[in-house]
Amino acid sequence: MINRFVIPMVAFVLLAVVLAVGIKHSPEKGVIASPLIGKPAPQFSLPSLSDPTHTVSSAALRGQWYLLNVWGSWCGTCRDEHQMLLDVRRSGRVRLIGLDWRDDDSQARGYLQQLGDPYEFVAADRDGRTAIDWGVYAAPESFLVNPAGIVVYKCMGELTPDIWEKEILSRLPKAQAAGS
Amino acid sequence: MRRATVICVAAAGLALANAAVVRAIDTTQMPTPELQARYEGLTHELRCVQCQDEALADSPAGVAADLRREVRDMLLAGKSDDDVRNFMLARYGDFVLFRPRFVLKNVWLWAAPEVLLVVGALVAWRVVRKRARLVSADTEPLPDDGSN
Repeated sequence: MINRFVIPMVAFVLLAVVLAVGIKHSPEKGVIASPLIGKPAPQFSLPSLSDPTHTVSSAALRGQWYLLNVWGSWCGTCRDEHQMLLDVRRSGRVRLIGLDWRDDDSQARGYLQQLGDPYEFVAADRDGRTAIDWGVYAAPESFLVNPAGIVVYKCMGELTPDIWEKEILSRLPKAQAAGS
Repeated sequence: MRRATVICVAAAGLALANAAVVRAIDTTQMPTPELQARYEGLTHELRCVQCQDEALADSPAGVAADLRREVRDMLLAGKSDDDVRNFMLARYGDFVLFRPRFVLKNVWLWAAPEVLLVVGALVAWRVVRKRARLVSADTEPLPDDGSN
């Protein structure tokens, strides 16, 4: 008699455990883990947003920490994030580079004029090819790259003071080294 | 009655118009039917990274259009289907493939249905055998109940 219920009970408990583990470990809905972490940052060479006759290139970033922020003037969350970016620039802790994604140059320039320009330079990725190389799928995204050119962290969505503190500052060398 | 017909016809027309709009998301034409078939195959098995429950082929998102353009350009440049899959994989990870790869960390995904099938078959076999035994017991001649 007992036997009759043992097998279904065991099956049920096993199923519950499998589902619980699945729910616990499922990534946050919508967030794609970047396969780029620990790999060399993709190279790019693009027109500068401020002066499209000039080319800006990732080669100029070799040997230093930098934060590549993907944004667009069409992107609402980027607007929310902007004050944080201005603070990052002011802190002087890391080079802040912009990648203006699928945008209209003059609208992007207007956006920076209105809100302030936190970037050391901005690369204009009009056709989105460089963004694809970086695995970008929704702005804003920010990539932290170390002096060896390896991507060490990706922030999906808005860069908050909390993420800046816990995920980015903690990976950067101590304050004196960076200078300001 | 006539009004109902008109409404039906109008609804059918709307549905058709809708279908036309849906089809218009991707109007890419490849130069040969063979390339067209490969292009459509790939854009249906790759996942849109922004609106994540859609295939690349069905998504109106800007980034999906960019990724379709990459697929098209790679095929036109003579790349293989696997080249295209690996290109996407390197940038967006396993997530972009609607059909998971057969690699070690995905083995359970592929093996689970087979394992469940075997378990189910074993259970069914045991149940059937048990019942079969009951049937044979049933068909043994009844002891004489004395009614004849």
